[in-house]
Amino acid sequence: MPRTVIEVHQLSKAYQIGQIGTGTISRDLERFVVTKILRRDDPFLKVGEVNDRTVKSDSDIVWSLRDINFDVQEGNAVGIIGKNGAGKSTLLKLLSRVTAPTTGEIRIKGRIASLLEVGTGFHPELTGRENIYLNGAILGMRKKEIDRKIDEIIAFSGCERYIDTPVKRYSSGMTVRLAFAVAAHLEPEILVVDEVLAVGDAEFQKKAIGKMQDISKGEGRTVLFVSHDMTAIHALTDSVIILKNGECSDRMPTDEGIQQYLASNLSQSSGKLIRKSDGDLYVERFLINSDEVNYTQIPSGDPLRMQFFLNKPITAQEASSLAFYVVFRNELNYPVFTVSNRYDAHAQVSDSGQVQSIECLVPAMALAEGKYTAKTWMAFKGGFCDEITDAFEVDVLASNFYHTGQMPIARKHGAFLLNQNWTLK
Amino acid sequence: MSQNTRPHNDNEAWDLIIKGKQGIFALHLKDLWRYRDLLFMFVKRDFVSFYKQTILGPLWFFIQPLFTTLVFTFVFGNLAGISADGLPHQLFYLCGITAWNYFADCLTKTSTVFKDNTNIFGKVYFPRLIMPLSIVVSNLVRFGVQLLLLIAMMGYFSLYPMPNTSFQLTEGIFLFPFLVVLMALLGLGLGLIITAITTKYKDLTFLVTFGVQLMMYATSVIYPLSYIQPEYKKWIAWNPMTTIIEAFRYAFLGKGEFTTYSLLYTTGVTFVVLFLGILIFNKTERTFVDTI
Repeated sequence: MPRTVIEVHQLSKAYQIGQIGTGTISRDLERFVVTKILRRDDPFLKVGEVNDRTVKSDSDIVWSLRDINFDVQEGNAVGIIGKNGAGKSTLLKLLSRVTAPTTGEIRIKGRIASLLEVGTGFHPELTGRENIYLNGAILGMRKKEIDRKIDEIIAFSGCERYIDTPVKRYSSGMTVRLAFAVAAHLEPEILVVDEVLAVGDAEFQKKAIGKMQDISKGEGRTVLFVSHDMTAIHALTDSVIILKNGECSDRMPTDEGIQQYLASNLSQSSGKLIRKSDGDLYVERFLINSDEVNYTQIPSGDPLRMQFFLNKPITAQEASSLAFYVVFRNELNYPVFTVSNRYDAHAQVSDSGQVQSIECLVPAMALAEGKYTAKTWMAFKGGFCDEITDAFEVDVLASNFYHTGQMPIARKHGAFLLNQNWTLK
Repeated sequence: MSQNTRPHNDNEAWDLIIKGKQGIFALHLKDLWRYRDLLFMFVKRDFVSFYKQTILGPLWFFIQPLFTTLVFTFVFGNLAGISADGLPHQLFYLCGITAWNYFADCLTKTSTVFKDNTNIFGKVYFPRLIMPLSIVVSNLVRFGVQLLLLIAMMGYFSLYPMPNTSFQLTEGIFLFPFLVVLMALLGLGLGLIITAITTKYKDLTFLVTFGVQLMMYATSVIYPLSYIQPEYKKWIAWNPMTTIIEAFRYAFLGKGEFTTYSLLYTTGVTFVVLFLGILIFNKTERTFVDTI
């Protein structure tokens, strides 16, 4: 059994929110007297409450993290997911010793390095090479170590030509490349990473994800990875922890965790439609395969009929300036495909002179098994007028689409099912 | 709340334990040693970035003390007629300014170390003490360069002596390394205390800038201690920097008033201040990111 390298035990962190300033001296004195001289519990921590960003409260102490417990074994790649303010960054800050916990403890085996932000401590006046040394030392490398790896780092960054130019002349992308290159060559036993991949171009992101995969899977190091990007979480981690209002879930396999996380987000938005309207015209209600629902299941390859009803009729003439889009996204929130009346050369407008409903028929939902969330977007007379995010969800079920009994898996093979002809000669 | 609810083996060798509470004497000095390369990187950074894109480059290190000396010579020497203890005025002031500047730079720069480095401290861990230590060492480089100016000036005045003045290097020069260390540590200690307090109470920041300036007048930089009337003298002598400046001047120029007793007093004050400074700094560094 792999040995435990991180043990987080009853970890909590309280923050004082609001203004820090007036009254701090008297409060500090009171706190000092109570805790150090009378040796009682800290009076200012008792009033703390669960950290829910959206609920206003009188207390100005919040628990950003409360009684967090988990273990990580050697070689694990663990994702930490959660909404803004759920405590992810706080947890990373504690792990990387930027700030100390209020109570509880973390035990660590081996060297831990954290990349809360790449390029920390870069000095604009210094050259790329000088900054590699500086940044490497800040991250805990010895000079000898950097000497040994410098060529590799420069090659990885792809900034050879500029390496003796001051960093202030670099583009922001180049700075990030250089910084990530340093970080990637740290070789700690435990690496803590916070959304560093959100920057840089596509080629570099791929390189960065590849390097992180090498670190966790190839070299058997332990990686903790925080991100909102479910694709990256999926690519890099084998299990996840969900943080919610400062409390943490058990560790679970990545697939299960992502689904649970996305589902918990969905359930909060169901019931009322989240919409942005910018005009008098909007979608009042809609039918999916003739039912007024926001969730439907259909076998792969079956038709999907969507009917959207406007709040008021418009004339057939006005209808020519109406653009209606439905964007389908997969579980990782990546767009899969979009349908629109603008993509149909033969889109029909009723003869009655009035239009109040918009109808779209997709003859075959040729998609791999999975959940697809639809967003509607409407423009009228040249301007945006209505949008419903997460309008409805289509759960495509596995079927015998190809009549071969074979079905691709969305996550591995992509979402689309296309008809195809093969010849084996 | 800290009741142990899960079994775990305490005998396991953990490399690092991050706890909510820790003793005030947990100073992590081992860490400091491990990061020693970083200290020199910071020093190099300070030095290189100081003169990059300047025409005069490191010459700027000379200009500030040179001009201050000229102004002091004119204002305090010629206009006010304050005694220079029989030394050439230029040498007298330059000597005091060089030493004082080192102390003052150590103090003012370390006193804003948390504020100036919030960004980097908020992102990555390294022993925070590295930063103030690097400031002290960076300034030492600068001090060394300025010392060359003093030596050059001494050379000039021994070739072309000014009438009615004399100076000579004395055996006090052996005290020199010790004096430098004292200045550095005193500046560091005071700076650490101030920076730790300013993370919560910003008021002190305003005090430091002009406080250091005023303190110079309470130290025997622009006048010799021997020139002061006895009833004020004991007050000026309370200032630990006075002894250092006097001893410094004695070492290089042969004039200065200090005793073994006053040297011991200064050393004592320095170490108490430094010790307090490190303790307070160490306590503050753990969570200052939350309050600054």
